[in-house]
Amino acid sequence: MPLDTLTPQETTPAQPEPAKRTENFVFGIPQTGLEQKEREVLANEPPPLGPNSELMYIGKPTVRYDGPAKAMGTGKYTADIHLPGMLYARMVDATIPHGRILSIDTTEAEKLPGVRAVHVIEHVYGLAELRDPKQEIPSRYPVIRYAGQPIAGIAATSQQIADDAAKLVKVQYDAIPFVIDRTAARAADAPMVFPGPADEAASAGGGGGPKDVPQTGNVHGPQRKQLGDMEKGFAEADVIVESEYFTQVQTHSALETHGFVVDWKPEEVTVYASTQGTSSVREEFADVFKLPKSQVRVITEYMGGGFGAKFGAGNEGVVAASLSRKAKAPVKLMLDRKQEHIVCNRPDSHQQLKIGAKRDGTLTAIKLTSYGTAGVGTGAGTAGPATNMYKCPNLLTEENDVFVNAGPGAAFRAPGHPQGCFAFEQAIDEVAVKLNMDPLLLRDKIDEHPARKVERQVILERTNWRNRKPAGSDTGPVKRGMGIAQSVWYRFIEMNSSCEVRISRDGSVELMSAVQDLGTGTKTMLAVVVAEELGIPPANVVIRIGDTRFPIGPDSGGSVTTGSISPAVRNAAWQAKQQLFAAVAPKFATTADNLAIRNGHVVFKNDPSKSYTLKQVAAKMPTHEVSARATRVAEYSKEHLLYGGVDYVELAVDTETGRVHIEKVFGAHDCGRPINPTGVISQINGGILQGLSYALFEQRIMDPNAGYMLNANLENYKILGAREVPEIEVVLVENYIAQSSTDAAGIGESAGIITLAAAIGNAFYNATGVRMRKLPMTPANVLAALGKTQEEGEA
Amino acid sequence: MADSPKIKFSRRGFLKGAGVTAATTVIETANALARETQDTNEIQGPEALPVKLHINGREHSVVIEPRDTLAQTLRDNIGLTGTKVVCDRGSCSACTVWIDKTPALACMTLAIDTTGRKITTIEGLSHGDTMHPVQAAFVKHDAMQCGFCTPGMVMSCAALLERNPTPNLSDVKHAVSGNLCRCGTYPKVFAATLDLAQQRASLITPATETEA
Repeated sequence: MPLDTLTPQETTPAQPEPAKRTENFVFGIPQTGLEQKEREVLANEPPPLGPNSELMYIGKPTVRYDGPAKAMGTGKYTADIHLPGMLYARMVDATIPHGRILSIDTTEAEKLPGVRAVHVIEHVYGLAELRDPKQEIPSRYPVIRYAGQPIAGIAATSQQIADDAAKLVKVQYDAIPFVIDRTAARAADAPMVFPGPADEAASAGGGGGPKDVPQTGNVHGPQRKQLGDMEKGFAEADVIVESEYFTQVQTHSALETHGFVVDWKPEEVTVYASTQGTSSVREEFADVFKLPKSQVRVITEYMGGGFGAKFGAGNEGVVAASLSRKAKAPVKLMLDRKQEHIVCNRPDSHQQLKIGAKRDGTLTAIKLTSYGTAGVGTGAGTAGPATNMYKCPNLLTEENDVFVNAGPGAAFRAPGHPQGCFAFEQAIDEVAVKLNMDPLLLRDKIDEHPARKVERQVILERTNWRNRKPAGSDTGPVKRGMGIAQSVWYRFIEMNSSCEVRISRDGSVELMSAVQDLGTGTKTMLAVVVAEELGIPPANVVIRIGDTRFPIGPDSGGSVTTGSISPAVRNAAWQAKQQLFAAVAPKFATTADNLAIRNGHVVFKNDPSKSYTLKQVAAKMPTHEVSARATRVAEYSKEHLLYGGVDYVELAVDTETGRVHIEKVFGAHDCGRPINPTGVISQINGGILQGLSYALFEQRIMDPNAGYMLNANLENYKILGAREVPEIEVVLVENYIAQSSTDAAGIGESAGIITLAAAIGNAFYNATGVRMRKLPMTPANVLAALGKTQEEGEA
Repeated sequence: MADSPKIKFSRRGFLKGAGVTAATTVIETANALARETQDTNEIQGPEALPVKLHINGREHSVVIEPRDTLAQTLRDNIGLTGTKVVCDRGSCSACTVWIDKTPALACMTLAIDTTGRKITTIEGLSHGDTMHPVQAAFVKHDAMQCGFCTPGMVMSCAALLERNPTPNLSDVKHAVSGNLCRCGTYPKVFAATLDLAQQRASLITPATETEA
């Protein structure tokens, strides 16, 4: 599902208006004073929560629910699943970047002892498709548009045999000229990746780009957004900054590769998936194989990272299922590391920005033109930060996708934002330089977001910012500097977020939902919410998630999970508690509404001396269990809300070697009401480090002559290691918004991944007086920017 | 790598691709491991053959091909899936195990070469539900997110504390410099290991010193 459909939807009530009541919710930011906000809520919703300082478990550091299982290696990931009689599979990929398949010969492979099934792909998923398929000569097999495109899959009794057999498949191609470079692909005479206009279907997690846009050659776009009057805006400006920025392709590099174990049985297809969305996998399996959803079960108990790459069935899921069906045995198909690097990525960008501002800093006009390549897919837009960060009456953004013969782009942690922020937040710094203003104070002037204001204040008070020197002040070869950048991300809510909370007569408590935990700490967050409502420690709540046999959960993309599911969980826990109270009240010679849970005990409201444990109370139930199921209810107000953060970087640039050394990162971030600050801070650390890695090290390198990825592995595709980790400090800013029964939100996107490249760029400028316009900031690119070597054209 | 023993790789052909650049400590130990354990000229394979492997204090009889890596054998033949395979070519240390107490990369070690050696995997560090102190420190400090690199990280940090009970931050970074994490758990891995080392040091330090 594309991100923009995740905004709260209006549902027309089929029945009479449900009963509502009015409540006062805590609202605002503790640093600037909390207020009360009146909201109408449904009658079956719990009373509002106070601020975190008044709560027992929510907002308190909580140990990760599955921490011991992860530390002891006992958690079973999809890659670890072993079923009786299970076969192992390997995908066969295209070895050329563009061409038609003349023939596929699998006879040698099939003869290899141990091979049990071969499946040749008839339709390839995850890339753009021609609007008019007739523009291409019909072909038995999908046209190859990138090196590494999946062609077939083979299942055998061991992984080694499957690997051997994959090498025995003979594919004959009729090669077609190809293009790899984004700039070359824009030329009028460039080889065409698609012979006519093509669009990529929107995918879960925000992959895929706009449809209904013009296409000229390989250029799919522009998608244009306009506000106000650009000419007037620039005419009113006292200063105008015009600049150009370039970013590279980044691969997700989740440690667990994409993969599935599929056990195809006539009565039910069981799918173990390394996925960010059990419900998206179920949906696509049912769709592709024309199965009722009731016959597809998807399980994701442990998951080794996704970062946007893992939604739906994917080609490997379809192949695994087809092999399992043919072989009548369970099949495990995990991509290998090379395939993982090619299967999807964060698109690159070439951005041109023009910003006008008045002498006092007020922005008068913003114009952004961007070209980016998502390979054979779309979705390389970068306008998010320029559109949403600051108030500006005149705005024009034109985003273009450029098709090239390379693996498709996909959602990747804050799609479009790290690229957009790298350009936009540096351009805002350029405005500050032209106006001779402090970049932090300029942002105070143009950004009224209350949380961002507090975050900048935190940075002013807690970092070295006030001691910042003019750009390029250091005289030695190693120059130090500091910079900041801001992020914004959207409050997306997925209404298909349900769960069941069950209380048994022995006092044990379970929560069930199909929602999955990618490593973000979802299980722990859910346990904390239930614990708060029932007055028992989070460790005493049993969390059963990642199985579509439970009530549907949201897909985890775009930071939707916590904001979507936590209110449903609190509501279900509260409703189960009401049932419990109603069931036992007569045994305690009182009424249900006289019972409450306070400080971990069930007490009489009119006689606090009467105090029991949940276990003592549950033991009086007339039935064996009570349970309540709840689904996300609509947001309390329709405001368009943004989350974000401000990150501060201190660095040293060695101007002789070109090495950039990050010394300190300080982040101040908000995500509504933090449920488990331990998990939130872990995730922000991760965003900061992934952003740092993107800024300094990572880049996909393509061979322009052969057309394939040269560094599809983890030694030549460099990601950040322990040695490159700077000192990191994180401050969470609580921001109560009175939107749901928990007021919580995710932090995945706005946590550093968006800001770091821009903050490093701004700090680099402060250190050297030179602007880094190109990522990654490798020694070669740094020395070129410093004018010490010849620049080799833009990537 | 100063004290890495001089060894000959006799089965180097199985290494996938050249240019293995995995960092520092793991390499020195991986090298030590690649020593042939059996100085015999007897040709083994390519067919599968029965071997006995000593893993976590127990002997396991498995039928494996000479080309099978220790990682594959642990995971697919013995069911010890705590050892993760991430890059499968010695550049990420997710598959770190101990061979005779020395960290080694299970994806770069042939299982057949480990006969007669004592192998410890992540499952061998804990005793039942009782975590090894390093595992407990990881949980306490939330030194994990998706958890896929965690077993390798724990093995590297536990080995560090065995050889150096009082490491500083730089020692910890060095010990896990080959362990890649995509979620960014490094800061908490450092904190967990240093905190445990300090706690142990304070247990040894006489209480009277605190009065000074």
